[in-house]
Amino acid sequence: MAERAPPLIVGAGPAGIRAAMTLVAAGLRPIVVDESHACGGQIYRQPLAADGRGAKARYGSEAAKATRLHRDFAALGTGIDYLPNSLLWNLRDGAADILRDGVSRRVSYDGLVLATGATDRVLPIPGWTLPGVFTLGGAQIALKAQGCAIGRRVVFAGSGPLLYLVAWQYMKAGVEVAAVLDAAPLAAKLNLLRALPLAPGIVLRGLRMAAELTLCGTRVVFGADRISIEGEGRVARIVYRNGGREHAIACDGVGYGLNLRPETQAADLAGCAFRFDPRDRAHLPVRDASGRSSVAGVYLAGDGARIAGADAAEAAGERAALALLQDRGLSHDSRRAAALERALAKIDRLRDVLEAAFPCPSHWTPEIADDMLLCRCEEITSGEALRAIRDFSLTEINRLKAVTRIGMGRCQGRMCGAAAAELLAARTHRDISAVGRLRAQAPIKPIPLATSQSVDERQHDPAH
Amino acid sequence: MPLLHRLVRNESPAISFLIDGEPCEGRAGDTVLTAVLCHVERLRDSEFSGAPRAGFCQMGACQDCWVQLAGGERLRACTTELVEGMHIITRRGRGRG
Repeated sequence: MAERAPPLIVGAGPAGIRAAMTLVAAGLRPIVVDESHACGGQIYRQPLAADGRGAKARYGSEAAKATRLHRDFAALGTGIDYLPNSLLWNLRDGAADILRDGVSRRVSYDGLVLATGATDRVLPIPGWTLPGVFTLGGAQIALKAQGCAIGRRVVFAGSGPLLYLVAWQYMKAGVEVAAVLDAAPLAAKLNLLRALPLAPGIVLRGLRMAAELTLCGTRVVFGADRISIEGEGRVARIVYRNGGREHAIACDGVGYGLNLRPETQAADLAGCAFRFDPRDRAHLPVRDASGRSSVAGVYLAGDGARIAGADAAEAAGERAALALLQDRGLSHDSRRAAALERALAKIDRLRDVLEAAFPCPSHWTPEIADDMLLCRCEEITSGEALRAIRDFSLTEINRLKAVTRIGMGRCQGRMCGAAAAELLAARTHRDISAVGRLRAQAPIKPIPLATSQSVDERQHDPAH
Repeated sequence: MPLLHRLVRNESPAISFLIDGEPCEGRAGDTVLTAVLCHVERLRDSEFSGAPRAGFCQMGACQDCWVQLAGGERLRACTTELVEGMHIITRRGRGRG
């Protein structure tokens, strides 16, 4: 019998790490592709060089989890084929194109675990391209991985648990946090009472963070409306409406984001079926409780499939790997699989409540100005998008992309896609689920033209 | 005025590099984004409006922080480690002499 190709795991965050461990424990030697220089994903991201800070200072309450994952992954050693600093940029014909150190090669696999993680969900606001404005996740990475603050006097705005966490981390690092502008009303936070029995530790920690911020002089505003950022060449102030009045706060750095958005491009290229998910307000790859996608041999785990947080990602990574083992005819622990599914179902109930407590603003589309940049790559305004929708009677997001280039720039819609869909839905009086989804294109991130052909293929090309 | 402020690694080994021809010093463990924005407040000009940009997501997703080296090579500043002697161009037509 011919030897089977190894499984391929994409991503080395909590889901990818646990998937790798599970496959290695069953005697397989998976390939693990990681865009980062070291494992951990974004939440447990490791610094490029030692900076004198320990795990507690870097990861706070999650230090033990981070340390355990880093240690467990390191212990896999040569039991896996680890490819750090590597970009999976295409999937075709059962093989992956992976770029590392300027060289792309095709890698065959048998079984694919996609643990691609998430980035901040963003809806553009005026001034969002000014230097000094970062996503909440970006502001956190500056602090966590690089030991830098995004300003001396910083404001955090948007929605989501990360809003309070990052603000608190900046305060603890000694940075002046002038304000936390929560786009959601205070009433939404009453949902946290429902979360209390599900996850008392998480809820109480969050409340403590908000209380400590207030005690340290941070202005915490609920229901902040019409947020915009102003400045000449860099951030100088943030302006918002609250209680019927306009307010302005001087600052030199802003962190902004509205919860998280799964990175689904690889699942798209793998041919996975997608379905609209009301909680994440996006089209997501379909998967069952085990992590099996609609495509045989393709498994989905972690925030890249649906936002559920790092603890869920660990469980989902292990669960998906068990499914892979079962489908490969190898022995797998079915009782463990069932326990993981129960744990995931419990976290899922908590996420429902957290989404209610930290909702995205529902009033974004009617508010936006015509001259606001919707697409930061190609610099297309919302006015241009609206004119295209009207002039070409557009009702589908890929048509909007073809006509305006929204979603066609370097980020491939990661930053503007949600906004374009919201705009299209609002102006055509359709539900957001009915305007379609931006199709992923290879390469899923920019790669140098000189290396876009795999070396293996070049060798077989008679022209060379 | 720099955009970023270093809270740790102030004593880490220095790495010499250039921004638009001006000699600068970064620290071991810096990304290109960190090294540049600890000195100045921009990474590049937008190709369309010419407005300054300085990155956004810092995790390789938004592609806002692509910069050019003096040799013409382009790189994503937030996911590239600073290397001794790099010459980063943030403004076109400057620092190429």
